[in-house]
Amino acid sequence: MNMWKTLIAAAALGAVSTAALADGHTVRMGTEGAYPPYNFINDAGELDGFEIEFGNMLCEHAKLDCTWVKNDWDSIIPNLVSGNYDVIMAGMSITEERDQVIDFTQGYIPATFSFYVAPAGAKLDLTSPDTVIAAQVNTIQAGHVAASGATALEFATPDETVAAVKNGEADAVLADDDYLKPIVADSGGELEVVDQVRLGGGVGLGIRESDAELRAKLDAAIAHFKASGELNALLAKWFKDDAPQW
Amino acid sequence: MNFSCADPQSLDGLNWLLCYLSTGKHVAFYWSFLTVIALMCATVIPAMILGMAGALAKRSAIPPVRWIGSGYTTMVRGIPEILFFLFVPIAMDQLIELARHSLFCPDWDQPIWRGNDFIVCDAAKAPLDTAPAWQHEFYGFGLAVTSFAITFGAFAANILDGALRAVPKGQIEAAQAVGMSRRQIFLRVEVPQMWVYALPGLSNLWMILIKATPLLFLLGIEDVVYWARELGSRTNPQFSDYPHGDWRAWYFSALMVFYLLLTWVSQMGFDRLSARVTRGMAVAR
Repeated sequence: MNMWKTLIAAAALGAVSTAALADGHTVRMGTEGAYPPYNFINDAGELDGFEIEFGNMLCEHAKLDCTWVKNDWDSIIPNLVSGNYDVIMAGMSITEERDQVIDFTQGYIPATFSFYVAPAGAKLDLTSPDTVIAAQVNTIQAGHVAASGATALEFATPDETVAAVKNGEADAVLADDDYLKPIVADSGGELEVVDQVRLGGGVGLGIRESDAELRAKLDAAIAHFKASGELNALLAKWFKDDAPQW
Repeated sequence: MNFSCADPQSLDGLNWLLCYLSTGKHVAFYWSFLTVIALMCATVIPAMILGMAGALAKRSAIPPVRWIGSGYTTMVRGIPEILFFLFVPIAMDQLIELARHSLFCPDWDQPIWRGNDFIVCDAAKAPLDTAPAWQHEFYGFGLAVTSFAITFGAFAANILDGALRAVPKGQIEAAQAVGMSRRQIFLRVEVPQMWVYALPGLSNLWMILIKATPLLFLLGIEDVVYWARELGSRTNPQFSDYPHGDWRAWYFSALMVFYLLLTWVSQMGFDRLSARVTRGMAVAR
């Protein structure tokens, strides 16, 4: 038995030779880093955005020692449940489907509109199977397109969904209004908003179901910033005019 | 240089480009080329060791060892790489954490699997939650090298097995005739001659490995393709001092040049190796 334990110890220590004397617990925050203004990589190559700033405020208020981790959107939930990080803060809408696998805190961004954006002047029937609508895979919008009757075309990143509309591969894109607004404004009239729909229960922090203690701490911190008005101020800072407010 | 990158809007032409190409984001992109090359080089030796072990196992006189050898090559070659890369690193990570858990937290009384969640004590985390980011990156890199080595080792095993079989029988009989032991025959006759037959297959494998690196992002390692996509995609004036349109075509063209160069250099290397291992052998030229 002892021999066996020594062997395991050698293997385990060989993998990572760090002392097992960690006293403080660091909360690892997982995000995507490809979804401005929620989270993105800035010119300096660092994570930036509304969620990074608000997440740091939450950690400070809840007296948590936090560190950010970048993870691909596709595997963001599997890596949370297997313990590679403790929190998902990546513009993730609270949905019934996700709530069965992980838990959510209360929302920190109210349920917002999702926009259908298409090339200017296009006449589209958004519920016809002849209309191809691009959306990011595993998102609330992708689910909505699939249920709406239109043909869904899914992409791994939000950026590719917009590119698909620009190059004619898709007729329209369905994504969060906050993501699409600057793109439409920046397109010089090439793109326009053709319809909008309100989806989901707002954006919340995703937490493992077994992690009730952490959820309570972060919930309390969110409530604090909602009450103090600081959350609204921060939303106005990042989402500019007609920012969602509490 | 008599200009500063502090205010990019005031710059134009080459100066703007120089500043743009030296942002922190671009520096991360340049480093990712080294990551990719380091990963490939780090994979070669363990993959060859696994390959040789697999080939020897397949040729073993002991049936169970032979079964292990064929099981390994058949399983790994048959599973799509993307599935393999989604499963193996998470499984390896959980195994390591389980081992550390049983060692460091013997008094733990809660279940490790709770619903969907996998929970070990803090001290068993690999690396620790409190560990600096470079340790997490190094650990991820290690998992990636291991996964690549297991996959490519299986292909190498088949190539080496085939190459060993291709050594002319007369050579082995001659070695037996002069009284060499099995071990001597293997080391002095079979191995030196098999390289001629193995090299073309191994060079194919190396080329495939070069192109397989985008799988790295599944493991959270940011490779050249990830950064090219990230940097090339349209940036908005609100979030960057260097707004631009969709420049992915440029970035991917740069990657194409990189991959072609890598292929070209590798081909030269293989040509030299091939000339070396065929020295003194009766091969057609």
